[in-house]
Amino acid sequence: MKSPVRIILLLPVLLAVVAGCAPPDDTLVVYSSRNEELIKPVFERYTAETNVNISFITDSAGPLVERLRAEGENTPADILLTVDAGNLWHAASDGLLKAVDSAVLKRNIPAHLRDDQDRWFGLSLRARTIVYSSQRVSQDQLSSYADLAGEQWRGRLCLRTSRKVYNQSLVAMLIAQEGAARAEEIVRGWVANLATEVFSNDTSLMQAMVAGQCDVGIVNSYYFGRLLDKDPEIPLRLFWPDQDGKGVHVNVSGAGVTRHAPHPVAAVAFLEWMSTEVPQRIFAERNHEYPANPSVAPDAKVSAWGEFRASETSLVKAGELQADAVKLMDRAGYR
Amino acid sequence: MLPKTASPGFTGTGRRNGSDRWRSVAAVITIPVLLPLLVILGSVFVPDPDTWEHLLEHVLAEVLVNTLWLVAGVAVITGLLGTSLAWLTAVTDFPGRRFFSWALMLPIAVPGYVMAFVVVGLLDFAGPVQSAVRDLWGPDAWFPVVRGRAGVIIVMSLVLYPYVYLITRNAFLTQGARALEAGQSLGLSRRQGFFRIALPMARPWIAGGLMLVVMETLADFGTVAVFNYNTFTTAIYESWFSLFSIRAALQLSSVLMLLVFVAVLIERSLRANAHYTGGGSPATARIRLAGWPRWLASAYATIVMLLAFVLPLVQMLAWGWQNFARDFNTRYLEFVSHSLLLAIISAGFVTATALLLAYSLRNGPGAFAGICARVATLGYAIPGAVLAVGIFVPLAALSNGVQAMLDILLGSAAPTVLLQATLLTMLVAYLVRFLAVAYTPVESNMQRVTRSVDEASRSLGISGTRMLRRVHFPILRGGLLTAMTLVFVDVMKEMPITLMTRPFGWDTLAVRVFEMTSEGHWDRAALPALAIVLAGLVPIMMMIRRTEHAA
Repeated sequence: MKSPVRIILLLPVLLAVVAGCAPPDDTLVVYSSRNEELIKPVFERYTAETNVNISFITDSAGPLVERLRAEGENTPADILLTVDAGNLWHAASDGLLKAVDSAVLKRNIPAHLRDDQDRWFGLSLRARTIVYSSQRVSQDQLSSYADLAGEQWRGRLCLRTSRKVYNQSLVAMLIAQEGAARAEEIVRGWVANLATEVFSNDTSLMQAMVAGQCDVGIVNSYYFGRLLDKDPEIPLRLFWPDQDGKGVHVNVSGAGVTRHAPHPVAAVAFLEWMSTEVPQRIFAERNHEYPANPSVAPDAKVSAWGEFRASETSLVKAGELQADAVKLMDRAGYR
Repeated sequence: MLPKTASPGFTGTGRRNGSDRWRSVAAVITIPVLLPLLVILGSVFVPDPDTWEHLLEHVLAEVLVNTLWLVAGVAVITGLLGTSLAWLTAVTDFPGRRFFSWALMLPIAVPGYVMAFVVVGLLDFAGPVQSAVRDLWGPDAWFPVVRGRAGVIIVMSLVLYPYVYLITRNAFLTQGARALEAGQSLGLSRRQGFFRIALPMARPWIAGGLMLVVMETLADFGTVAVFNYNTFTTAIYESWFSLFSIRAALQLSSVLMLLVFVAVLIERSLRANAHYTGGGSPATARIRLAGWPRWLASAYATIVMLLAFVLPLVQMLAWGWQNFARDFNTRYLEFVSHSLLLAIISAGFVTATALLLAYSLRNGPGAFAGICARVATLGYAIPGAVLAVGIFVPLAALSNGVQAMLDILLGSAAPTVLLQATLLTMLVAYLVRFLAVAYTPVESNMQRVTRSVDEASRSLGISGTRMLRRVHFPILRGGLLTAMTLVFVDVMKEMPITLMTRPFGWDTLAVRVFEMTSEGHWDRAALPALAIVLAGLVPIMMMIRRTEHAA
C-alpha cells in the first residue's frame, strides 16, 4: 500500500517540473475561441512561409478574456482571436487589446469590420440571414428582418435562443439601425410568430424546418453551408434581406494584439499577413465564410448562394449595444 | 504518507495535542480550496446595480422557479432509481444481477450534454420518432413536449442516478446482515425490514449521494442549454457572456454557494444526533427473489440500462462511425493517454486528500474542522467556468509574484514562469472542484470506524499505523474505491477547468469534445465522447469489482 501512495503523491511534482515551461521565446502565442481545426492550417502555412512558430490555446471567449485579465503584464499571449464583434469590442473596451497602426490592415479590412480605434480587425465574415423552406415559401414573400414580425408569419417562424451571441449582435444592430423602440417592436413580433420553442443551435433549427415545423428562420450562413455538404438536395434556401434598406447583417471572426503582448511586432506582422489573399481564402473557406478582405473572392460553394449587399454599419455598435440587446430580448420574452 | 501523518491521533498519548494537529491538517487542506471561493465571494463588495436591476426584474423569478423544479425533480428520481437499484443489486439476487451490479454504474461516464443531445435529436419534432408518429397518425398527432421541464429532469436523472446508486450500494453492502436478521426475528416482513431498518440505516449514504446530485444539477450548464431550460446557472452565464458582467456572474455564484452551504448545514444538523455505526458481518446470504418479482427486477434494471447507457452509446457509435475516417488519427493516442493520466492521478490525489480531511474531522472534532470540511466541498456546486476563473485568478497572481521575484533576482536571465498552466495546477484545480465527490463516500464510511473499533483493536494490541492498515483500511476500502471511481469519471468529463489550466498543446479528450461542440459539430463530438466512455470502462469495471470484494 505504501509505495503506490508515494508514487501517486510524487507524480504531481514530477509533472509540474516536466510541463511547467512556457512556449519557447521566439514563438507567437494565440488565445483562440475559434477551434483548432479552423486555425491550425492557417498557422501552419504561416510557419512554412516565415519560419515563425505559433502556439495556441483554445477556450471560450469569456474565459480567454478573464485569463488575459488575470495574467496581466505577464501574459504569454500575443493575439486574441475570437468570433463575434461583441466579444472583440468588450476585450478592447476592458483595455486588454492595444491599438495597431498598420497601413496594410487599414487597406485590406473595411472600416466597418474593424474597431474605430484599431484594436481589433475582422478576419472572416458570416451573414446572419433568413433561411426558408423552398417547398412552402417563395422568395418574393420575403423582404426584411422586420417583415418576419408581420402577421403573415404567425406560427411559421423558427428562432435560435437569444442566449447565443449571434442573435445578440443581430438585435444590437437592429437597435443601431432602427432605434430601440422599433427594434423591440420587431423582436416582440418575432416572438409572437414563433412556431415552437427556440432552438439551441442553428442546425437543429434548419432540421426542424425540413421536417415541416416552421417555414422561415434566421441562421448564420455557414451552418447552411454545412447542411448542404451533407445533403445538396436539402429543400432550404438562403434569402438576403433588407437589400433596399440597411443590408444583410454580417458578423466577423477577428483578432487583436494583446496589450502586454511579448512579441508585438511579430503579432502585427501576423495579422497583416492574415489580411492578405491566400490566408484570407483558407481561413474563410474552412468554415464556409466570406473573406473580410473585399478584394478576395469567396469560394465557389459560398458564391453559389448569390451576391448580396451587406450592412455597412460599424460592428463597433454590436459591442456597444450588446447588453441593451440582451435586456431588450429578455423584456420581449425572447428566451 | 498517510500512516505517518495519521499516527499521532491514534497513539493514545496527548490526544489534545493530536486534535490540534488534525485541526491544522483540516486548515491546510481547506486553504487552497478556499482561495477560489474567496475570489468569487470577494465580488460582492463591488455592486453592479445595472445588471442586478435587470436580473431581478426579468430573469431571476423565472430561473428560481425553474431551478427549484429541476433540483427537486432530479433529486426525487435519482433517489428512487439509485436507492432501489442499489438495494436490488446489493442485497437481493435476480437474473443478471452480477452484470447489472457494475453495468448500472456506466451511465455516469456519459456526459450530460451528450445524453441531452441524443434525446432531443431522437425525440424532437425533426427526429425519427416523431417523424414516424406523424407518418402513422397524420401531421397533427399528439406528442409530449420534449424540450420542456419534464424532459430535462428525466435526462439529468438518467446520467446522475449512478452517484446515488454507487454510494448507497456501498451502504447496503457494508450494512451487515445482522440488523436485518434481528428485524426478521422480531417478526418484521422483508418489506418492513427494508423500510424500517435498511433504509434508515443507509440514510447518510443516500443523503450524501443526493447532495452530490443536487450540486451537480445546480452547476450544470451543458444539459440545460440543449433544452433551453433557464436556471440559476444559465443566469450566471448570461450575466457573464451576454451582459459582460463577470462581477454579477460571480455575485450570483456567491448566492448559489451560500444557499448550498446552508442546505448542507441543515442536512447535517438534522442527523447530527443520529449514529450510524452499522457494522457486523456483511450480508452473507442474499435475498433470493422468487417468481415474477425476480423477472420484474431484471426488466427494471434492463430498462434503466437501455435508456441511460445503451441508447446514447448506440447513437454515439453511429455518429462516431460516420466521422471516424475524417476525425480519427494518431493524436487520439495522445488525447486518451492525457485524459487517463489526469484522471488516474486526480482520483488518487483527491481521494487521499478527502481521506485526510475525513480523519481530521474524526480526530479533531469541533466546529472548526466541521466548517472546514463543509467549505472545502462547496466547489462542486459552482458552475465550472466560474470556478475556473476563481481558481485561475490566484494562480496567475502567484505566478506573477514569482516572476517579479525572479526578475529582481536574475534580471534578464529570469526564465518565464507560467504556473497557471501546469499539470500540478490542474490537479489542484480538480481538487477544488471534486473534493466533495471524494469526500462524501469516504466520510460516510468513516462513520463505520467508531471509537469502539479503535478501542477494540487497541485492546488486541493493534494500534498506530498497524491499526490504520489492518482495521480502518478494510472498513474504509469501499468508500475509497467509490471516491476514486467518481473522481476518475468526473475528471475525464470535465471541460472548463481543463480548458483554462491545461499547458500549451496539452489536449485531452474533453478538450476535443469542446472543440467540436463549440462550433456546433455535435455529431463529430461523438467520437471523443465515445472515447471518454470507452477509456473509462476498464478502470470503472476494475474499481467496481474491487468494491464488490471489499464487502
